Amino acid sequence: MKRIGVFLCHCGSNIAGTVDIDRLQEAVRRMPGVVYVEQNKYTCSEPGQEQIRKGIKEHRLDRVVVAACSPRMHENTFRRTVESAGLNPYLLEIANVREHCSWVHKDREEATAKAVDLVRRAVAKVVFNRPLQKARIPVEKRALVIGGGIAGIQAALDIADAGHEVWLVEKEPSIGGRMAQLDKTFPTLDCSLCILTPKMVDVAQHPNIRLLTYSQVENVGGYVGNFEVTIRKRARSVDESKCTGCGSCWAKCPHKVPSEFDLGLGQRKVIYVPFPQAVPNKPVIDREHCVYFKTGKCRVCERFCPAGAIDFTQEDELITERFGAIVAATGFDLFDHARYGEYGAGQDPDIISGLHFERLVNASGPTEGKIKRPSDGKVPRSVAFITCVGSRDDHKGISYCSRVCCMYTAKHAILLSEKVPGCRSYVFYMDMRTPGKGYEEFYKRSQEMGTQYVRGRVARIYREGDHLVVQGEDTLLGRKVLVEADMVVLATGITPRRDAGELARTLGISYDQYAFFNEAHPKLRPVETNTAGIYLAGACQGPKDIPDAVAQASGAAAKVTAMFSKDTLTADPLIATVNEAICSGCLWCKPICPYRAIDEKIITERVRGRTVSRRVATVNAGLCQGCGACTVACRDGAMNLLGFSNEQVLAEVEALCR
Amino acid sequence: MPVNEPHGAAQAAAPGGATAGARPGTAEWEPRIIGFCCNWCSYAGADLAGTSRLEYPPTVRVIRVPCSGRVNPQFIVRAFQKGADGVLVAGCHPGDCHYSTGNYFTRRRLQVARRFLEYLGIDPRRLRITWISASEGQKFADTVREMTEEVRALGPNRVMRDELWAAN
Repeated sequence: MKRIGVFLCHCGSNIAGTVDIDRLQEAVRRMPGVVYVEQNKYTCSEPGQEQIRKGIKEHRLDRVVVAACSPRMHENTFRRTVESAGLNPYLLEIANVREHCSWVHKDREEATAKAVDLVRRAVAKVVFNRPLQKARIPVEKRALVIGGGIAGIQAALDIADAGHEVWLVEKEPSIGGRMAQLDKTFPTLDCSLCILTPKMVDVAQHPNIRLLTYSQVENVGGYVGNFEVTIRKRARSVDESKCTGCGSCWAKCPHKVPSEFDLGLGQRKVIYVPFPQAVPNKPVIDREHCVYFKTGKCRVCERFCPAGAIDFTQEDELITERFGAIVAATGFDLFDHARYGEYGAGQDPDIISGLHFERLVNASGPTEGKIKRPSDGKVPRSVAFITCVGSRDDHKGISYCSRVCCMYTAKHAILLSEKVPGCRSYVFYMDMRTPGKGYEEFYKRSQEMGTQYVRGRVARIYREGDHLVVQGEDTLLGRKVLVEADMVVLATGITPRRDAGELARTLGISYDQYAFFNEAHPKLRPVETNTAGIYLAGACQGPKDIPDAVAQASGAAAKVTAMFSKDTLTADPLIATVNEAICSGCLWCKPICPYRAIDEKIITERVRGRTVSRRVATVNAGLCQGCGACTVACRDGAMNLLGFSNEQVLAEVEALCR
Repeated sequence: MPVNEPHGAAQAAAPGGATAGARPGTAEWEPRIIGFCCNWCSYAGADLAGTSRLEYPPTVRVIRVPCSGRVNPQFIVRAFQKGADGVLVAGCHPGDCHYSTGNYFTRRRLQVARRFLEYLGIDPRRLRITWISASEGQKFADTVREMTEEVRALGPNRVMRDELWAAN
């Protein structure tokens, strides 16, 4: 028989004012297993807690019930009290007789009767409480950051500055991401690369950062504190330890292909760095287009390399390393405006995306910063900008706002009027959204500089001679609008990376209908995912501008460093557990678990003198968060939840129903 | 699921003012409702009703579970079997589950459970499934009030109860 002690708190008059504590004590005294009952004025006070410790020792209590306020308030307090008296902290139950009773009922009779029931519930449950131990999980204090854009760079720098080792994995030959492609940034018109490159160089030179470019995450195993990640380091065909980045190879390479970095507006060599400020400033050979790899002849780069760094025999390398935490910062792709047939279906060279415009206006871009229209190189005299292309358009299946397009269109209009004085600019918009510091002022500035804002969607764009005609509607004036333009810039929206879903599945994190990664809570846990130890930064979680991406990255880094401040993680022991003796191995529990904490395991046992193997479910204590969804799905009743076990809940039900 | 027979004997002797659910048939009969509240939203919502001093009828006794997805339909059946007149299951609003998907399972499972209750002859209105967030103390109080009225109108649960089986 258990020896249960019950401590009844008056909470001053908060409880005792409504509940007759003496009658409650009389009733509790006669409950099964209860060997000791005591009243306290304030149980949570130091004397009150001391009474509990004394009670445990003097009456050899092995279970404790405290009838007081909500367990959400003081459960941890009393667990510590019980623990300090030498009892396992999970042998405690709380009866909530304040928030759920004395504060919501006036009638003393009724409240006292209900309080008796609530204590009986706790007494019935605590009988089945088992001593539980917090699992200790060692932490590998090394972080992996996936994606080397501004978010990944910021996260890596912050974690590295806190003194922890960071690996930064970038798919492209250089870090920098989308921000490196931009010309200026709103609303300050800072040169994007001028503020980005110092950070890129910091990453390359930081003693705690290991930079892996031209690499991709291939496989992720393990769990919080102990991820095991396989990274594919693609063959660069250039020995990075020898290469000095002198540039002879790409100067001499005889073959050119359209540059991805310039979105096809310019060309690059087949051995290349994507842009002059690349980090690392070491080229890669694009094997798909390299003549040597196609025909076996050429090797010009090899001949001109003074360092002997060209290595045609290099192979992809698979690196496996352990990490304690992972930050996903994979950024975004641009909506492909070819899906808009009415806007030229991506066929007309003078209808370009906002990012194309960034390259056109950029001093190191294909036109060296001179705004020329792609079709014939003519300087435009009139440009139309159209917002919400691939944003807020249910017909294209994209309902969300991309958040940056209004502002970057205002920026484009300003840059255009600076670079091409006298050029007329029209912005067709649905709503102007300028929620940010200095954003509304920036938008006003673009209006003051002569940009004409027309509220309404554009119905279609068609060619007439050597110019384009934009046909839309001014919904404020309620009339049709026709605008002649030499060039049209579509403010194309932000979409998730095309392979975002694949990466999410590799990482075991959830994603929304568009494939943006899901945060653990939309308001209160914006940088965590539902998988412990994996964090989010930047536009992979949803459309974001640069300041928001940087802020989120620093937030993710803070979470990582907080985790790395401990040598071991303690896992809450209130988790699911499998009774292997009755588990049939159907694994119905597995797909229900939102944390991928359930896996299969083969056990061997002796049955009638023979050794047999069979499959059972097993719960990873590092991943399980203790929701209990699996317990209901279990057909055998083999899955149970510690702390909220079937036996405990049924005992509570029965105690309350009588 | 193991069936335990823990407190039967002792409970029979339990004394002390358990008059809230005065036995069926008596004039002051009040329904006895078992509430399952998830720890993160609805239990906190019920706490908020307390801190806001929102008065509601003393008919519901709450059992705390981590997630409404933890509520096994067997718990509900057991409650009716042991004499509950109503069962309330409350969780986070769909989409807001602390465990991301738990309440979606609740929603589907308990739709089935409701039909099962009907099959057992228990009026499905005795089982109420609702979403109460941590900020909805008022909604908790209103829910208890409404459900009390509804179950009071239905009268005592006379189906499936152990004591009735024993009497026959």
